[in-house]
Amino acid sequence: MSKDIQIKKGLDIKLKGEAEKVTENAVSSNVYTLKPVDFHSIIPKLSVKVGAKIKAGEPVFYNKANEEMKFPSPVSGEVVDIIRGEKRKLLAIKIQADSEQHFFDFGTKDPKSMKAEEIKSHLLASGCWPFIKQRPYDVIANTEKDPKAIFISAYASAPLAADYDYVLVGKEKELQAAVTALSKLTAGKVHVSIGKNSNSPFAGLNDISLHKVSGPHPSGNVGTQIAKIDPINKGEVVWTVTPQDLVIIGELLLTGKFNAERIIALAGSSVEMPKYYKTKIGAAINSIVGGKLKKGDNRIISGNVLTGIAQDIKGVLGYYNNMVTVIPEGNDYEFFGWIKPIFNKISTSRALTFSWLFPNKKFDLNTNTNGEHRAFVVTGIYEEVFPLDIYPIQLLKSCMYKDLDEMEQLGMYEVAPEDFALTEFVCVSKQPHQEIIRKGLDLMLKEIG
Amino acid sequence: MGLKEKLHNIKEKGKGKKWLSAYSAFHTFVYTPNETTHSGGHIKGADDLKRVMTNVIIPLIPILIFGMFNVGFQHNAAINGFPEGMSFFSGDFWNLDNLYIGAVKLIPLILVSYVVGLGIEVFFATINKHEVEEGYFVTGMLVPLIIPIDTPLWMLAVAIVFGVVIGKEVFGGTGMNILNPALTIRAFLFFAYPTWMSGDKVWVAGANALKGTPDAISGETILGGLAQGKDLVYSTWDMFYGFIPGSVGETSTLLILLGALYLLFTKIASWRIMLSAIIGAIVMGLIFNGVVTAGWITEGSKFYDLMTTPYWEHLIIGGFAFGVVFMATDPVTGSQTNKGKWIYGFLIGFISIMIRVFNPAYPEGVMLAILLMNVFAPTIDHYVILGNIKRRLKRLKVQKIIIKNYG
Repeated sequence: MSKDIQIKKGLDIKLKGEAEKVTENAVSSNVYTLKPVDFHSIIPKLSVKVGAKIKAGEPVFYNKANEEMKFPSPVSGEVVDIIRGEKRKLLAIKIQADSEQHFFDFGTKDPKSMKAEEIKSHLLASGCWPFIKQRPYDVIANTEKDPKAIFISAYASAPLAADYDYVLVGKEKELQAAVTALSKLTAGKVHVSIGKNSNSPFAGLNDISLHKVSGPHPSGNVGTQIAKIDPINKGEVVWTVTPQDLVIIGELLLTGKFNAERIIALAGSSVEMPKYYKTKIGAAINSIVGGKLKKGDNRIISGNVLTGIAQDIKGVLGYYNNMVTVIPEGNDYEFFGWIKPIFNKISTSRALTFSWLFPNKKFDLNTNTNGEHRAFVVTGIYEEVFPLDIYPIQLLKSCMYKDLDEMEQLGMYEVAPEDFALTEFVCVSKQPHQEIIRKGLDLMLKEIG
Repeated sequence: MGLKEKLHNIKEKGKGKKWLSAYSAFHTFVYTPNETTHSGGHIKGADDLKRVMTNVIIPLIPILIFGMFNVGFQHNAAINGFPEGMSFFSGDFWNLDNLYIGAVKLIPLILVSYVVGLGIEVFFATINKHEVEEGYFVTGMLVPLIIPIDTPLWMLAVAIVFGVVIGKEVFGGTGMNILNPALTIRAFLFFAYPTWMSGDKVWVAGANALKGTPDAISGETILGGLAQGKDLVYSTWDMFYGFIPGSVGETSTLLILLGALYLLFTKIASWRIMLSAIIGAIVMGLIFNGVVTAGWITEGSKFYDLMTTPYWEHLIIGGFAFGVVFMATDPVTGSQTNKGKWIYGFLIGFISIMIRVFNPAYPEGVMLAILLMNVFAPTIDHYVILGNIKRRLKRLKVQKIIIKNYG
């Protein structure tokens, strides 16, 4: 059964530098890095020391609060460095890869015949659990709570996003195994959303409830889909998994191997020939972008331009990311930039800005803030790009003055920072919406749990 | 070394210094800053608050220029009589003599408004160590447009100090205030110096000075005249074009209408507020017209003349159009939710016309209506948001019932 979801509010940000649908192997990275900060709200405890030899899939660290939750090595090799910051905070674990990869054998499984508890402990033991995130709070799923439904968005609407239809080609078996396993972990349904006119490998799978989405970004955000399909109420939990992580879970079940391989898009206007690359979780950014960028001051982002994390050339592909975007830095002044007519930037107003004249033009945006930080002044612009039944500005303000009751009442359980990426983009006061929401969620997690 | 580098170096040297906020106000005026994104989204939309505020000033400029001509025209018309057969391109109106009288009167008001207002803003920015914010850009332009042309400069300066400090800065500056700053300034003048702000001599340049002399001229506004039951000499087109006495900005409905179209086209002002305010005014106007038609009010009543004014004429006389387009749509002091904007706008229109008719001492109602609704805007929003909260609670209840019965 498929149901259509149509989104009207939103904004498609069309950027230059879309990845061409050609996949190459990235230069194999020598050293792979795990960064505990990728796993929000987890306190890591190491289970290896420098010099230890490990296989792909063996745990490198675990969650201090729940020792069953393990975080595996994406490759086999030797732990060469452990970097700590202030108060001995664990920042990064570097693993030198063997030239020939060895996988830890978790044993093949048949998800159809497995019980829920078995699946759960298998995912935990194999280090696949961190792929499952939960709402409320947008953190790794709590193993104690059962979700009322599981949501998978196989439609990416973010700017320059990797096309799931393309990267998932030929992965039907893995996806089927993964969704069958997940479907046993919830009393509700596994909801999968695909693009309306897409050619998604999900279309033919069993054990899912399929939805077709259309409309501008954020129609592909899983948060938007949850709100339209089965919104979260107080006390409820839903889980979300991204399709590229389902492939890893599926492969684990079918072959017993934790294979951290993924196809990522390298996109953005500062990339010479944007295309897709085959690489692994934790790969060095340099192995992906090295020698492929245009000259000049560039911002390298693991993820998309709205929600990704800035990386330098020594950085790492984030654990959950399936793309790297590179755009020019905008650290320059613009003469009378606040009054002169603007043709080369995107605006939702028409205040001497002309992007509305060219709806199909692709823009080359840089990282300039185009103005200074101010108090919230203009109203009504956020609602135009925010499709949820939530008052965005009021929710943001309640986070700023830390009124937990109000945050709860206004719908904080339903949102993740990424849902506020577009309101942040259009904000004339240049307020950090995603950061405000993240801090608000962290406060709620701490106070209410 | 270019200007860009020079200005940049001064900013670098001034880091942590007190004068930096005043300096950066100037620096960011010349160059948009070189700030880049740090957290969250890496790209940002093209608009900033400066651009938004600037785009509110753009449609005010034609109104200001028209206003200068009209100040001179009204002065001359009061002395020599209103010329017959005025059209919008009439040479009686668009001549240098009129412009000169208007400019001499108006430019000092504008200068005082900006110098005093921005001075206070810079002062507060310096002691609070924050950036100078753009709110006063618009306020400073609005104020000279909504006060009597003969307002003494010292009086204006005192009112601006009051309006900016009490109306805005004590609440935390731009974005935090409850009352529209420009209207707060005007209301201060109105209540502190009532003889200067109302009556029939203040709206025409020089009329007050000539009071009681053989050259005395009449200068009442249409509303003032109607409130006193006088016959009017102005045609509907005169009123629409704006060849009538009144404060500088309010008279030309034509130009205000064009300004409104600009604000709506650029998406800077809320169409919901403008439309619902007009609907509110029409509804109230129709009620009054209906009361007269039904015979409940007869010619002897002091409300008769204003009540018989056709409902549509209320839209083109007095400060209604200017207030609705440029004051009611202030996003900070108005309702912030889309549903709230409908209610807020409607009540502004409705109450404006009500005050106009029922308050013969001060027949202009839009200022008081907007200030009143400014105060109620948070309450309106509160109830709109409560609706959203209730919807969420209801969803939860339904869920619980399902679980109880079937789970």
